[in-house]
Amino acid sequence: MDIKRRKFLKLAGLSAVAGIGAPSAFNMLLRGEARAAEGSEHGEEGHKAAGRGKERLGLVINVRKFASNKGLAGKCIKACHTIHNVPNYGNKKDEIKWIWVESYEHAFPEHSQYHRNETLEQLPIMTMCNHCDNPPCVRACPTQATFVNKKNGIVMMDYHRCIGCRFCMAACPYGARSFNWRNPREKDSRGRLKFIEHLNNDYPCRMRGVVEKCTLCVERIARGMIPACVAATGNTGAMVFGDLNDPNSEISRVLSENFTIQRKPAAGTHPSLFYII
Amino acid sequence: MYDKGKIIPGLIVFVLIAVSPIIYNRGNAGHVPNPEKPKNAKECVRPVAEMRESHMQMVIDWRTDVIRDNGAREAVTAGGVKYVRSLQLGCMKCHTSKQKFCDECHKYASVEPYCWDCHIAPEEKD
Repeated sequence: MDIKRRKFLKLAGLSAVAGIGAPSAFNMLLRGEARAAEGSEHGEEGHKAAGRGKERLGLVINVRKFASNKGLAGKCIKACHTIHNVPNYGNKKDEIKWIWVESYEHAFPEHSQYHRNETLEQLPIMTMCNHCDNPPCVRACPTQATFVNKKNGIVMMDYHRCIGCRFCMAACPYGARSFNWRNPREKDSRGRLKFIEHLNNDYPCRMRGVVEKCTLCVERIARGMIPACVAATGNTGAMVFGDLNDPNSEISRVLSENFTIQRKPAAGTHPSLFYII
Repeated sequence: MYDKGKIIPGLIVFVLIAVSPIIYNRGNAGHVPNPEKPKNAKECVRPVAEMRESHMQMVIDWRTDVIRDNGAREAVTAGGVKYVRSLQLGCMKCHTSKQKFCDECHKYASVEPYCWDCHIAPEEKD
């Protein structure tokens, strides 16, 4: 033993500090981890319940109805995009979409595509923001510009706060968010709007540099109306809108009577959109 | 002092040039903003003085309350008139001209609020 008294005391002191400090540091880290992993307050209930309680608005989309009624999907898109002043740039790069038609294999990539039923390939899958109960976009947003409405579970956007970092776009597994690469109200030489056919003066536009998406027509719901896309389907029953947490709502009845699937359930986002294929 | 004959007249000319704008504009306060008041409404949602001072804070509070805290979208003025707590659907329904109302003071104060980057101003008639 050639350890000096001075060295021994140093080592002992350090060990004591580490011994006292380590558990509390560990606890702090672990608690953060656990909270992040927990996400929504679902527990084992899975997709059945919304932890947020009261209301959770959602949609059931009957894809068969859209397949048999060819013009219906276009009508929904037009209704939504006209009301919300969504620009049409005519190219994929700048495209802004709140609601759009996706192919089966793109909408449900985790389903087996091998020896797939041919009719599935033709199915127009109406897609939009899934208004997830555990939205990854909300967790990614550094400014809380996107957030979950506490009352009805709608994933909302506050464009005033959006800084255009596009983290939410990277986080969204459904591609439901679009970035404004250019000013949607760009005008041509004659002073007419180039990309918005008919401006709805009762709803704002967006500006260059913000991310936008479907808001489940929160402004219509607040006035007691149903979302514009659902209204556009009329009484075809192609879309059913309602409160998923209310056992007596029409949407709960439809969900209990039909086999429905959700987009990318394995992502753990708990979407509020259900599909009847 | 050397060159007295050049320096003193030079200084006088310099001072005259420097104060010439003040002399030229004496007794004139310049353009005073005069926002056009709506013809079909007698009272605003708050007293005029309060609106002048803090309308910007009020619209921010409306926004936060309505979209984040599920606040009411409609409210009533002291005189009992119903209004929508919204820039486009509220304010601009009475103040129908952005140029004659908003811009009048904003230009004078040289502030450029970014409201109209997204919100749509009512169509100007002229």
